[in-house]
Amino acid sequence: MQLRCLLALLLLPVWVNAAVLPEERADALYHRYEGGGMTIDGPSVLVRKNIAERVSFSANYYADKVSAASIDVVTTASPYTEERDEYSFGTDYLAGKAIYSLKWTQSDESDYSARSVSFGASQDFFGDLTTLSFGYARGDDTVRRSDDPVFEEEAMRQQYRIGVTQVLTRNLLMAFSHEFVSDEGYLNNPYRSVRYQVGSGYSFQSEVYPETRSSEATALRASYYLPWRAGLHFEHRWYSDSWGVGSRDWGLVLVQPWQEKWELEFRARYYDQTAADFYSDLFPFQDAQNFLARDKELSTFTSTSFGVAAGYTFFKGRWKHADRFLVRLSLDHYRFEYDDFRDIRVAVPVAGDEPLYGFSAVVSQLLFSVWY
Amino acid sequence: MKVVLLLICLLSAGCAPKPWIKPYERARLADPVMAMDRHPASSAYQHHVHQAREGARGAEGGSGGGCGCN
Repeated sequence: MQLRCLLALLLLPVWVNAAVLPEERADALYHRYEGGGMTIDGPSVLVRKNIAERVSFSANYYADKVSAASIDVVTTASPYTEERDEYSFGTDYLAGKAIYSLKWTQSDESDYSARSVSFGASQDFFGDLTTLSFGYARGDDTVRRSDDPVFEEEAMRQQYRIGVTQVLTRNLLMAFSHEFVSDEGYLNNPYRSVRYQVGSGYSFQSEVYPETRSSEATALRASYYLPWRAGLHFEHRWYSDSWGVGSRDWGLVLVQPWQEKWELEFRARYYDQTAADFYSDLFPFQDAQNFLARDKELSTFTSTSFGVAAGYTFFKGRWKHADRFLVRLSLDHYRFEYDDFRDIRVAVPVAGDEPLYGFSAVVSQLLFSVWY
Repeated sequence: MKVVLLLICLLSAGCAPKPWIKPYERARLADPVMAMDRHPASSAYQHHVHQAREGARGAEGGSGGGCGCN
């Protein structure tokens, strides 16, 4: 009992001053997505360093190497390879029970560039049982075409978010978050086409999207401490936007430590979406309406995923400047089932009779982390 | 010893508007298994996987905890 009280005393300053800077750690991640004819892999390196327990700096390099032969690509274009590099730098400043954050991100690929700046603040209240946070981000994108050096369009995005995290019991935390996003400018993919009926066959024309989009997403999360020392995390999010897309998703994660050095994680997620108002797999004729889309991301579909992860922690041993190391392997299996997107690789006598499309994907991650 | 501990805990909580979970009762909430975003590089990538293939965006999480457990 006395030992437990002493431990509580030692940790008291941390808990009382609830606002704390993120952990000082460096992560090297190899990520790989494989499915639906796409292979995307690359590294992500994230380093964070705190100074005088008041300021924290972070830097992230992330790369995607894309080898694309997806259903869109093989039916309307030729397979291609591409690389995207993203750099971001951030800083967090701790002032009493508040943390102010600033982040800058730049992403480049051969036909797309994106820059964004975000600002956030969070403040603890009510005996540090409640944390209120809000943030704003602005992104400016430049869209180009690899086959047309003259083509160049702009898009601008603004994001506003607010969140509340609440300690409910000594075993239960809940978090509510809401985000409003508005886009303006060229929001199409310049390569993508829609198909329309011509007799019993079909032909293609370019997609036409509205030049504005606004969306609202609300999420509720809960984390519960199970009696045998495990964390159970639940998440539900609902989403709607001005294009008529609506979705809901549910997620469950169990974090289970095993012996002293192992951390196991089991995940399940279900995502359900309804199509945009101007989406159709097959339009009745050319220029059938003002806006036209056949992007399967805007169709009606469900996605189900199951994942596992296993992490092993090494303690510092002879290393002077490091506290501990982690090696973690994570695997997720996804299944996408489309309700109104057809597999036009299958030849049929009458357009629109093709089987519905669906595919599976495997996401693997290998993470190496060091805390110092 | 117990009286001193109790006194320190009471004084520490004294400024707050009667929090119903005392700081010394937050050991479980501070356990790493309770962190909503345990590995930031990995969760950022996972969000990217979803954003690239789903129509929804926003409210992906990553907000800080109110328990001081980070």
